[in-house]
Amino acid sequence: MKIVVAFIVVLVLAALPYAGIQYAGMSTVFGIIIPYAAVAVFILGVVYRIVKWARSPVPFRIPTTCGQEKSLPWIKQNKLDNPSGTAGVLGRMALEILCFRSLFRNTRTELREGPRLSYASSVWLWLAAIAFHWSFLIILIRHFRLFSQPVPHFINVVENIDGFLQIGVPTLYITDILLLAAVLYLFIRRVVLPQVRYISLVADYVPLLLIFGIGLTGVLMRYFFRVNVIGVKELVMGLIAFKPHVPADIGTLFFIHLFLIATLFAYFPFSKLMHLGGVFLSPTRNLANNNRMVRHINPWNYPVHVHTYAEYEDEFRDKMKAVGLPVEKE
Amino acid sequence: MYNSGKIITGLVLFLGVVTMPFWFNIGKADVKPDPSLDTPVIRQMKVKHCIESKQFMIDNHMELLNAWRNAVVRNNKTIYVSTAGQYFTMSLEDTCFHCHSNEKQFCDQCHTYANIQPYCWECHVKPVEEAANGHR
Repeated sequence: MKIVVAFIVVLVLAALPYAGIQYAGMSTVFGIIIPYAAVAVFILGVVYRIVKWARSPVPFRIPTTCGQEKSLPWIKQNKLDNPSGTAGVLGRMALEILCFRSLFRNTRTELREGPRLSYASSVWLWLAAIAFHWSFLIILIRHFRLFSQPVPHFINVVENIDGFLQIGVPTLYITDILLLAAVLYLFIRRVVLPQVRYISLVADYVPLLLIFGIGLTGVLMRYFFRVNVIGVKELVMGLIAFKPHVPADIGTLFFIHLFLIATLFAYFPFSKLMHLGGVFLSPTRNLANNNRMVRHINPWNYPVHVHTYAEYEDEFRDKMKAVGLPVEKE
Repeated sequence: MYNSGKIITGLVLFLGVVTMPFWFNIGKADVKPDPSLDTPVIRQMKVKHCIESKQFMIDNHMELLNAWRNAVVRNNKTIYVSTAGQYFTMSLEDTCFHCHSNEKQFCDQCHTYANIQPYCWECHVKPVEEAANGHR
């Protein structure tokens, strides 16, 4: 049911620009207003979410430790899995963000005959995730050819490496295939594995289908139903120079692609996709395990009014003496 | 806000990357492509017509050339029959460049603008433009 809802959401999102362009001629709305609005929502939303997170105090170090803590000099410390300083944290974060290390360490637990419990490395999720994220990044970088004039040489290098198979015309990009395959795998995994399906929400399916829709419309535009690339670049260059105009005859497929991307951008700060910023702010990864070396003071401590015994005795000395209680100071 | 130094540095980096398209092109001239059909051969043509319709050529010239390459190099087929029933030699240099002898004002206009890098010139010789054009 949740899958059906997600499918309908994405289909409606794809149908909106089709109807708008094809029947209502709303190219200004879909080509100029919505992209600007989406980028504004994206930027403000991400900043808002990050600032909101940063307002939560982290009074105590809570890193997940997966190795030997820094201890006596003759006990070897695991600097990556139990970092005690900035260098270790940086290494741990870099591996986490660039290589998804904690996902790589994912294990599968099975109860076998015997009964025997077995743990095995399970890297398929990691493989699909890393293929997906890196392909997405490379595709994003490649799109910069539509955002710059003249195009920096770096973009050509990326394009040439990505298209080095030189299959067909226009050249097939490896990342196009990888992205679609990886998203498809991640979606099928969610649907087929009963435990994963049980915990999946509409908000888990929608981003996958949305990104699949973006990839699919992009691939269709490039390899099957050509759109006017020159018109697309004119539109984009106009948008980023704040002199927007929509050239005629770009092709409806492009507007579907653009609208799905705009939706993704606007949806981004309010969804699980915020793990883009969240991965940097995860306290179980980005904190050094130095609880025993550094005193961490609770940031919400307020000054407590204390009444010491000396002050108490000063206040009640006469009365204490009168009833014969011993006092420290005469 | 806690750790504000790190958070603000991160946010500034984020904003810098996200808004890069906006400031990257400031002060750079946005030259729109303008493919020129002004060559001596085309000037002398009574009916200015490519081997197929203009829209077909805009959309599919790359696939056509790719098919030509495969036909000539792999299948030894050298004659192309157009939709209108005319015969053409499948040759970039002899057929295409016979009329479109102005690579810089024709091919490169759109290819440079959209950053398309066809690998034609790894095998083919670029058309020699007239000295009178003054571009070569």
